[in-house]
Amino acid sequence: MTPRRLTLGRCVEVSAAWLLALIWIAPLLYAFWAAFHPPAYVTRFELFAPLTLQNFVEAWGYAPFARYFLNTFLLVSLILAGQFFFCTLAGYAFARFAFPGRDLLFALTLMQLFILPEVLIVENYRIMSGLGLIDTIAGIGLPYMASAFGIFLLRQAFKQVPRELEEAARVEGCGFLGVLWRVYVPVAKPVYLAYGLVSVSTHWNNFLWPLVVTNSVETRPLTVGLAIFGAPESGVNWAVISAATLMVVAPLLIAFLLFQRQFVQSFMTAGIK
Amino acid sequence: MTTRTKNLIGGLALSTALAGGAALPAAAEVELTMFYPIAVGGALTEVVDGLVEDFEAEHPDISVNAIYAGNYDDTRVRALAALNAGEPAQLSVLFSIDLFELLEQDIIVPFDSLVETDEDREWLDSFYPGLMANGVTEGQTWGIPFQRSTIVLYWNKDAFAEAGLDPETPPANWDEMVEMGQALTKDDGSQWGVMVPSTGYPYWMFQAFALQNGIELMNEAGTETYFDDPAAVEALEYWVSLSAEHGIMPSGTVEWGTLRQNFLEGQTAMMWHTTGNLTAVRNQAEFDFGVALLPAKERYGSPTGGGNFYVFKDASEEEQKAAMTFIKWMTAPERAAAWSIETGYMGVSPAAYETDELKAYIEDFPAAAVARDQLEHGAAELSTYEGGRVREALNNAVQSALTGSAEPADALAESQATAERLLRMYR
Amino acid sequence: MPRLKTTTLYGWLLFAPAGVMLTLFAFSPTIATFWQSLFSRGTARRPSQFIGLDNYEAMLADPIFWQVAKNSLWYAVGTIPTSIAIALGMALWVNSKLPARTLVRMAYFTPTILPMIAAANIWLFFYTPNIGLLDQMGRALGLGGHNWLGDPSTALGAIIVTTVWKEAGFFMIFYLAALQTIPPDLKDAAAIEGAGRWTWFRRVVFPLLMPTTLFVLVNAMINSVKLIDHLFILTKGGPSNASKLLLYYVYETAFSYFDQPYAATLTVVILLTLGLLAVVQVRGLDRRIHYR
Repeated sequence: MTPRRLTLGRCVEVSAAWLLALIWIAPLLYAFWAAFHPPAYVTRFELFAPLTLQNFVEAWGYAPFARYFLNTFLLVSLILAGQFFFCTLAGYAFARFAFPGRDLLFALTLMQLFILPEVLIVENYRIMSGLGLIDTIAGIGLPYMASAFGIFLLRQAFKQVPRELEEAARVEGCGFLGVLWRVYVPVAKPVYLAYGLVSVSTHWNNFLWPLVVTNSVETRPLTVGLAIFGAPESGVNWAVISAATLMVVAPLLIAFLLFQRQFVQSFMTAGIK
Repeated sequence: MTTRTKNLIGGLALSTALAGGAALPAAAEVELTMFYPIAVGGALTEVVDGLVEDFEAEHPDISVNAIYAGNYDDTRVRALAALNAGEPAQLSVLFSIDLFELLEQDIIVPFDSLVETDEDREWLDSFYPGLMANGVTEGQTWGIPFQRSTIVLYWNKDAFAEAGLDPETPPANWDEMVEMGQALTKDDGSQWGVMVPSTGYPYWMFQAFALQNGIELMNEAGTETYFDDPAAVEALEYWVSLSAEHGIMPSGTVEWGTLRQNFLEGQTAMMWHTTGNLTAVRNQAEFDFGVALLPAKERYGSPTGGGNFYVFKDASEEEQKAAMTFIKWMTAPERAAAWSIETGYMGVSPAAYETDELKAYIEDFPAAAVARDQLEHGAAELSTYEGGRVREALNNAVQSALTGSAEPADALAESQATAERLLRMYR
Repeated sequence: MPRLKTTTLYGWLLFAPAGVMLTLFAFSPTIATFWQSLFSRGTARRPSQFIGLDNYEAMLADPIFWQVAKNSLWYAVGTIPTSIAIALGMALWVNSKLPARTLVRMAYFTPTILPMIAAANIWLFFYTPNIGLLDQMGRALGLGGHNWLGDPSTALGAIIVTTVWKEAGFFMIFYLAALQTIPPDLKDAAAIEGAGRWTWFRRVVFPLLMPTTLFVLVNAMINSVKLIDHLFILTKGGPSNASKLLLYYVYETAFSYFDQPYAATLTVVILLTLGLLAVVQVRGLDRRIHYR
């Protein structure tokens, strides 16, 4: 193993890693190019092409994006709140209570990791119809709230809480809900954060089920709005579509760039458990 | 609560508001919800919103909630979903060819039962008969034309001149289109002779070829199709030959959505596209262009296309009346003229072309009249029971022929067999 | 004995809210799917009827179903190994002492947080013939253009590439997490024994990453069923069904053709596939849980 060969191999490897990075980010860079230049430069790359915000102005004017942002924000918050509630309780039950049927219920719950709401669009649609929840934000959110993934994550987190902490809280007179609230939830904070980030980015980006369930501007989330924004079939021009696309991804993208470390850590935490 | 008591309360509320001297706008007595699609680009939603506002200003007792729902398919899905879920929707603009699906679901009412006065009946007769074809079946009228189009040929005059062709003469028949296309196609692939879109609505374009070759693809009752007729096969063979044999069109499918961009960027010297694109092309083209009838074979021909107004059964009588008022207002000659100028869609009645605005516009921009002129060669758009699946079968045949994965005759025979199977139970 | 009873009661009470939700939106629709698949398509004029297994017979005779099933299989074969391999490579690079490591990691990971719809919008500009970027690059290199999405032989491939691009960074994270748990002294020990980098990877790292690979594999399999958003933008399943995937066909059948029973029949196929996957995995997962 001579040092020279090492550097050469290393150089090749580093270039390959960089090249891959470039390829991976190129589509996004291209979207930036198209969005910030006049439509005439969409496929003409000139260094000094004039910059413009006109595409964003047009995109914003063509569709009620403000409303879509609000809808997505409401949707994501509602789902997160619901998931924290349902998954905390169920995770606590599985972690600390030995009740008959627990293992069976847990196995059934885990099935939902596989049988995703996306797959059940046909029947879930009928159920939502029956509940009168078609075209409501609750209708989009409900199937995701009791998330097997969340239950599993929190169960694992709760299991690691030392029994002594629980005993101490009990001595101070906490009931079983008090223990959950005072002891378990604080200890699992990092897991909540991780799960929350994953959940928010998942549902910010979710498309199929919201597409099925929403009918109107008042409920449509960003992704669905964006999809039908591109739908006037002979095509709004690319520059405007790029601008709309960037608007839709902007909040998550900015958050990601600012809190890169937390994002990556969260996805790791959520992944390895 | 009966409608009458509701009105009474509404009236009371209204008079209290007035008596109180509040400067509130008069509360609308009837609220209408309407879904509508847009299949061409641009800020057309603004145009529709503007029209609705004008209408509400003139009819303070009716408020209209117009919901843009994507393309025609999306809109049908959304409107049916809303109705199934018991949400209010009293009328919608839906694909003219959705008629049989809507009948099958039993959710629309015929306009014959909505018209009351002689004036109404006159209005019902005021549209171009060619545009009514897709709205009439079982002896009644179910759809009123609104955003209607035909397919036309757009050609780039600058490219024609550059290729040594007369920039003012578009191809009049199939052979000429091939000849001119060959002169226009550049070897380096930077400019093609012609592009005919084959995604989005392949069946529609195919229907144009078939009509030009003298064959209708379905019967009026929507229960039979003739996809494998020799004339239809010949039509598809011609379409395929444009790329496979003559090399004047790119091989594979041509994307409907990006075709306008292709034309505007000079990637193709001619395109077949809906008239609904006319205004957008006019606003964005940096070259001189013309619009013409599609070339002929046995005859000229193009199917009509686009959206009709439908009124839903579930609406109360009062709502249906309000919907009629709205539809009549929207299709009145002045509005039809304005809509046509804004978009390129056709003015739906001869009276629309008699308005001063549209006359002046056409004088200045004769291309705007081509769609109307083509109407005398028009035919109903492909519309059958199980329409979605029948069209999909034909789309697949067209696409597999164009991409070379099947011979036109085989592909069409297969789609005909599928259509037979689907339609058997409706005969 | 009373103590045991309270834990039972509490356990059930705590699980109940989630249990109700799961029953409503996961268990009962799963069962209802099977039931629904036994009926005929209903319209107002022709109400739905019980038809037994006719839908299944129709499905087996439906050439589109077979085409779609084949596509889905190719989609899985095309996306799963590729994205896992790329993810592993990415993770190894990002975990090594790479110049501008944070930047590279960011580049790899960014597609993960973009909505598939947005990603598809961007990729459409790459694939479009003539004016698309790929064709422009091809022309600059003197190659002919190609209609990537319009040619049945490349449409599915184009879809696969987009999917791999979207997924690889996501899977990289899991590998990265696992790599960071490998103790550094293990590497020192290997270096002392004179193991080259390849041997080190093959003999030590790869086996240690096995559970992660399994986890990622299952995720990738589920995603290959679930990830169809980009079809809505890129191809709508065409040309002539060349890129249509099973879940997209379900959507189309249920919400464009309004044939919910047949859509349910198709869903059953998906459910059975996923169920099989679950049974295989729950055993593996179980073992991992016991490890902890």
